[in-house]
Amino acid sequence: MSSHYEAPIREPLVTGEKTYHDISVEVGAPVLGRANKTWYIVFTLALIAFLWGLGCIIYTVSTGIGVWGLNKTIGWAWDITNFVWWVGIGHAGTLISAVLLLFRQKWRMAVNRSAEAMTIFAVVQAGLFPIIHMGRPWLAYWVLPIPNQFGSLWVNFNSPLLWDVFAISTYLSVSLVFWWTGLLPDFAMLRDRTTNEFQKKIYGILSFGWSGRVKDWQRFEEVSLVLAGLATPLVLSVHTIVSFDFATSVVPGWHSTIFPPYFVAGAIFSGFAMVQTLLIIMRKVVNLQDYITLLHIEYMNKVILLTGGIVSVAYITEFFIGWYSGTSYENYTYLSFGAATGPYAWAFWALIICNFVVPLTLWVKKLRRNILWTFIVALVINIGMWFERFDIIVIDLSKGRTPSSWAMFSPTFVDIGVFIGTIGFFFVLFLLYARTFPVIAQAEVKTILKSSGEYYKNLRAKHGDDVPHHAESDPTAKEPEANVKDSDAFMGSTSSEGTSHEATVNADALNLTDTQKDQLDAMLARIGTYNPQTEKSDDLQKLDGVGPVLEQHLHQVGIYKYDQISKLTKEDYELLDEVIENFPIATNRGDWNVQATELKNK
Amino acid sequence: MYTLSSKLKLTAIILIVVGAIGLVYGFISTPSNEEELKELLAADAHGEHDSNQVDATVEVEGHGSASDAHHDESSEAHGETAHGEGEHGDSHMEHVLHQFQTKPWSALFVSAFFFFMIALGALVFYAIQYVAQAGWSPVLFRVIEGITNYLLPGSIIVVLIVIFAGTHFYPWQNHELVEEDVILQGKSGYLNFPFFVIRAIIYLIGWNLYRFIATRNSVAQATGSSLTPYKKNFKASVFFLLFFVVTETTMAWDWFMSMTPHWYSTLFAWYVFASVFVSAITVIALVTMFLKKAGHLEFVNDSHLHDLAKFMFAFSVFWTYLWFGQFLLIWYANIPEEVTYFIIRIEEYNLLFFGMIALNFIFPILMLINSDYKRIPWFVIMAGVVILVGHYIDIFLLVMPSTVGPYWSFGITEIAGILFFLGLFIFFVGTGLGKESLYPKGNPFLKESENYHY
Repeated sequence: MSSHYEAPIREPLVTGEKTYHDISVEVGAPVLGRANKTWYIVFTLALIAFLWGLGCIIYTVSTGIGVWGLNKTIGWAWDITNFVWWVGIGHAGTLISAVLLLFRQKWRMAVNRSAEAMTIFAVVQAGLFPIIHMGRPWLAYWVLPIPNQFGSLWVNFNSPLLWDVFAISTYLSVSLVFWWTGLLPDFAMLRDRTTNEFQKKIYGILSFGWSGRVKDWQRFEEVSLVLAGLATPLVLSVHTIVSFDFATSVVPGWHSTIFPPYFVAGAIFSGFAMVQTLLIIMRKVVNLQDYITLLHIEYMNKVILLTGGIVSVAYITEFFIGWYSGTSYENYTYLSFGAATGPYAWAFWALIICNFVVPLTLWVKKLRRNILWTFIVALVINIGMWFERFDIIVIDLSKGRTPSSWAMFSPTFVDIGVFIGTIGFFFVLFLLYARTFPVIAQAEVKTILKSSGEYYKNLRAKHGDDVPHHAESDPTAKEPEANVKDSDAFMGSTSSEGTSHEATVNADALNLTDTQKDQLDAMLARIGTYNPQTEKSDDLQKLDGVGPVLEQHLHQVGIYKYDQISKLTKEDYELLDEVIENFPIATNRGDWNVQATELKNK
Repeated sequence: MYTLSSKLKLTAIILIVVGAIGLVYGFISTPSNEEELKELLAADAHGEHDSNQVDATVEVEGHGSASDAHHDESSEAHGETAHGEGEHGDSHMEHVLHQFQTKPWSALFVSAFFFFMIALGALVFYAIQYVAQAGWSPVLFRVIEGITNYLLPGSIIVVLIVIFAGTHFYPWQNHELVEEDVILQGKSGYLNFPFFVIRAIIYLIGWNLYRFIATRNSVAQATGSSLTPYKKNFKASVFFLLFFVVTETTMAWDWFMSMTPHWYSTLFAWYVFASVFVSAITVIALVTMFLKKAGHLEFVNDSHLHDLAKFMFAFSVFWTYLWFGQFLLIWYANIPEEVTYFIIRIEEYNLLFFGMIALNFIFPILMLINSDYKRIPWFVIMAGVVILVGHYIDIFLLVMPSTVGPYWSFGITEIAGILFFLGLFIFFVGTGLGKESLYPKGNPFLKESENYHY
């Protein structure tokens, strides 16, 4: 599927001159390396929010639902809004992994892992709300059809709320299986790359003994396809059934036949907005801009445009048919003149501006490819989609058929606390995920490297479509030998034209100037060179602040031994800072000379 | 280069002529006054049920077949009191006469729209391929362009029918009726004849304009070396889809939903779209297989057919999803104003109504779920024929219950309508396919498409 001919007009999906090895290293880096300070700060904030929410949940359960802002007229409000919002966010993952798989969209490979993780974490948050709303969450299992002697009455199969139980739990299970299946080869990659015995054991278990044989791959692809086939109707069914919660009723504004497909489109709309929000940050923090490129962001913006367009047509339809129906009650529904001018006008206009007006800017290509603007629009859509659910639920309920019972809703601090708590919980899970899982489906990205990688596309553009990937021109052709420095190259200096440089410096990978190369030679002359014939390289990752990427860079400048590190001077550090991208500052790395001396003497 | 063979051309012309004769007969043979109608009802093979039938009809009318101008509208407005009214006997015969006179109009419209929507849906599919920058489908572009050659004649005929059908289809065009009906008065800002005609003409111009631009650029791309025509087409397709998503919605409201002007469903327009789209994809697949068999499409391989069949499968399921969504919500809520739509279809069209689900859902599922079968032409043809029959019935069920109520039949007029428009369709599509080489040279994704292998 992957090695197909690709039209040259398509932009590359993997930028930079990548080898298969680079992909493994760069995807494995966040897991195998150490977390930076920002991660800890954000994680702490998320944890505090989560704990605050947990407190509010405990307060709710121990005191009663009365601590919420619900009243007799508006018996569903904040909690169900959050529930639908989270379920909706959970739609992007499965859409990317299942529907886009069926449509053979290669760009999904860079984003599917995180989108699926997001799906699962979002569905977990969603599931919390109905359970808390039950008041006695320890009896939550009563929603299952179990015999009466277990305490519950037989469930009501006529109720869409029960259908929800089945729809969402099925969705969660299938998404989880799908996610895990895709993770197997990537867990195996981590298992094989880590030097930590504990990690090796854990990833060994998680990867289910993946061996990378052809048979493994064949089964892997078959299972993926079958699961995609199963998951595609699920993408539609989950939000369809959520919409039934409202649409099967006779409440004006809720009873609308367009709800099922409209909810699904809205869910994908919000899900992609959340994916953008998360990935725009993540690609930067863990240095994956070569894999999650601007093109990926533009493609996701296009999906947002499409689903946002569908949602807009649904809004227009709702608004029009509300008028067309001639029913006076329809003038109080969430998309009506009455709502636009009534007491909830602010919520109405928040919906229109966030979901309709602001996303319109994405029609402009420049804005669609502007990362900062995309990020802002994504945030705005997240807010807008929350308001959509709030409007549907609260505005429609606030003015029913009996004017004497009209009411307004205002949330209490507990309502808000629980919501913030789920956002905290979501980020706690996502941040943990980002440090322990391969965040890009590297095995899949490797399959498109030659058809969609920038290097290969340029090669074909220059030499024609049928250019063979010669050993000298193709960085991956030398693998796996290229990863093990072959002995000849280390025997003295290579006799390339011009001035010769120290052989252990693999300077081509770093784009150095000749002066820098000379400086590196001088440094190595002082601290000593590494001879692979007689010596073994040390594990540089034991030094503070060194992860797999930095270790690779140090190898590229010829540093392999603790002994070499222990002799580095202040000038050497400055040089390294100059030639190595993202070289840690002094406070983050501590005193390497002391650390290296200690390690050397162990 | 494909040319419409003289044999096929002759067949098409014979179909047109036979169909035209049948349609003329259909219009002539309608009863022109109540006497003739009574004779007709007496001579009816179901004569013995006559009295029962009339009673049953009244019942149904009372529940709101909105085609009944006087009766039905007042009944909806006044709820259950409808069939207790005094002048009921006379007005009933008058109403039945009206429905009988509507029959040939409806038969004409069902067939006209059915073939027109294939051309329109194919055009939408084409635009989507451009916008999505699909890599598999460019080898099919000229086939689709050929099918859309029917769009111009087809759309003109359909627009003429809806404009001239008047109160046969659209009770809101009856001024006397609107005067008595507060709800219809409220809708008259949208449902009025001038605006209705203006809208129809806007659709007509917009759709055909895109078709004109798209085919012109596609031909220009084959001769020139720059990508400008392709890029222009990309942009035109984006705007066409934007235009289409709005006009399709209002088209469905105008031409179908307003046949029962009190009834409304927000999903209705998308439901109609699903039918349009799946029928069009099916015809694209059928025409592709025909041309491939005839040796004109050596650059189309099994994988392309496989993909088309996947779309047939997927959109059959999608249609069912929307059908079910609309049906379930209306059935479940059971609001009197809404359920009338399904009551008449279930009571008077039972077999067709449920048979359609079998044809449009169960058969495609069973026939096309296996991936090997999607690559076998005769199997896909079989599934395609079932899907087309099913969606013809779908259009039939959109129009007939709302216009002729229980007095539907499937006879000479209906068959003649199918023959006439089938002939016209074959003729225009055949000549359209013959206009240009079937190989869309110059398309930037053509090589990717030719090398496409699942």
